[in-house]
Amino acid sequence: MTTAAPEPSHPAPRADTPAAGRFRYVLRLADTSLVLGQRLGEWVGHAPALEEDLGLANIALDLIGQARLLLTYAGEVEGRGRDEDALAFLRDAPEFCNVSLAEQPNGDFGRTIVRQFLLDAWQLELYEALSGSSDARLAEIAAKAVKETRYHLRFSAGWLVRLGDGTAESHARVQEALDELWRFTDELLAPDALDEEMAAAGVAPSLTALRPLWEQRVDAVLQEATLKRPAAVRYPWQGKRGVHTEHLGHMLGEMQHLPRAFPGVTW
Amino acid sequence: MVTESLAARPARSIVHLDEERVWQVLRSVMDPEIPVLNVIDLGIVRYVRSDGARLHVGITPTYSGCPATEVIRRSIREALAEHQLRDVIVETVLSPPWTSEWLSEEGRRKLEAFGIAAPSARVAATVACPRCRSHDVERISEFGSTPCKAHYRCADCLEPFDVFKCI
Repeated sequence: MTTAAPEPSHPAPRADTPAAGRFRYVLRLADTSLVLGQRLGEWVGHAPALEEDLGLANIALDLIGQARLLLTYAGEVEGRGRDEDALAFLRDAPEFCNVSLAEQPNGDFGRTIVRQFLLDAWQLELYEALSGSSDARLAEIAAKAVKETRYHLRFSAGWLVRLGDGTAESHARVQEALDELWRFTDELLAPDALDEEMAAAGVAPSLTALRPLWEQRVDAVLQEATLKRPAAVRYPWQGKRGVHTEHLGHMLGEMQHLPRAFPGVTW
Repeated sequence: MVTESLAARPARSIVHLDEERVWQVLRSVMDPEIPVLNVIDLGIVRYVRSDGARLHVGITPTYSGCPATEVIRRSIREALAEHQLRDVIVETVLSPPWTSEWLSEEGRRKLEAFGIAAPSARVAATVACPRCRSHDVERISEFGSTPCKAHYRCADCLEPFDVFKCI
């Protein structure tokens, strides 16, 4: 189901300068929120019930709002005059730095909830830590995002428990989704050179230190949901380094169609 | 901020008068999604200050992605322009992040009268039905029709109602 290969098909982003590294790092956060928000937006008008339609759309809105703040900041760090729109709509898949889990297709409602739960739990740990970043701008964006993410997690964890501890059918479906998506979770917590550089600079938390916190949070909910945590898979997914599964390109094709077909168009 | 040299000039009093007027005008700028609340009630105006030449209005978004924020920014500029206050810069302030605790007392009363359960003054308190005041309520959804609301139902009077989320 994937085209991802351990060897990047383009030069790996290198943090040649502090600003370049920070730019890439902020993009990772921004793109993960943007891509996940866009995915959730695909549910509008299709969710199993009106309340869930609104719920997913509201989470999408928060995520896209976070992405806007982060993309704007990334553009300022880069210093080449790219604003949030240029970064969101005029980059191709290999330039996106979101974690691979965020771009995985929605599947059924249960699968969307599994993906959301795993990422909500991760973003909560990450943003809580980033609230104390040495980068003041990142710290304030993170402090804002923490409150929203905590609320998202209440929604996704609540649904995961209802589905996991629900009927035989709902249990089987979310367990299957969990089994399938689990292999993308290692990327969330396996630091690469840029993560380590940012951690050393006090900009970002150490992912190695976040791992047990995330696992604890996830395990508690899985247990309540009577779901089995799949075996660890150490597979080098590299969405955050720009090497994506084939799903991202299709998603961007839809997301970016309008501004690319009509450059400079305004509402 | 008024510097010492500016403060010595008569312009200072005009600038201060303008700040007062800005606060007054802001009370007429309503939330487009909850039209009984003005931006002061919402607690999103963080400051009004002048740099001697222009007035700066700092507003903070309730939620990062709330679409009403853009409309509110425009409404603020338009309302001030109507009062001949044109040299105004509307700035976004993210820190400290907005909390429902900043909703004014008057705002809470207006919300209840409008049929939306107000968040209690402190985060994490119980929800009461805005119609019959019963605490026997159930949550239907964490999310409602706007980012700032959740959806509940009263088990006593059976009315569904919105709750202004506590964050």
